Amino acid sequence: MALVNTTKGEMEESLLEKKEGTVDNDNETVLWTEYWLDGELVHRSVHMTLKKFNLMGEAVAASF
Amino acid sequence: MTTSFKTEILTATHNFGTAPTRGTGVADTFKAALYLASASLGAGTTVYSSTGEVTGTNYTAGGVTVTNATAPTNSGTTAYWTPSASITYTNVTLSTSFDAVLIYNSSQTNKAVSVHTFGAQTITAGTFTLVMPTNGPGTALLNIA
Repeated sequence: MALVNTTKGEMEESLLEKKEGTVDNDNETVLWTEYWLDGELVHRSVHMTLKKFNLMGEAVAASF
Repeated sequence: MTTSFKTEILTATHNFGTAPTRGTGVADTFKAALYLASASLGAGTTVYSSTGEVTGTNYTAGGVTVTNATAPTNSGTTAYWTPSASITYTNVTLSTSFDAVLIYNSSQTNKAVSVHTFGAQTITAGTFTLVMPTNGPGTALLNIA
């Protein structure tokens, strides 16, 4: 059984309601995972991939 | 400008000024600090500051050390560098929305390197992972083209 770190300590995943989502735009891709217990958010993690970068050069303007 | 010079900018081979004096063979230490959505960061940021930095459980002011196992290099006419691992804040609670990370040089009086913004996030007893882009010309985190 999987354990999830929560605001109430480690809990069995099966006792929690799991919600997941993604956001994808020009700047980043986000995968978020939430665990809820009786309507209370007890865990939220975010896995984000950056797409933009810093660029400086002779003929290209900085992107940031 | 030569491509080799661009790469050597990233390795501090040249010094047109008078400081800092450097040893050889050791890379500087770079860190990554998170900032609240209400903070003001950008191209004008010159140095790490705790003003506007996130606070929360298991987050240490100044952020985390960036893994730097891959030296800057070049391809074509672009010199580039990317941290060699994701930047990870483990088991933190960051209740106030944050939307930026500052990469800075903690070996050189915390001088700022780059600011990267993203959609505002909060973390609750969880992990915030920033996965780095592909380390290549035009896609790396830092590019000198």
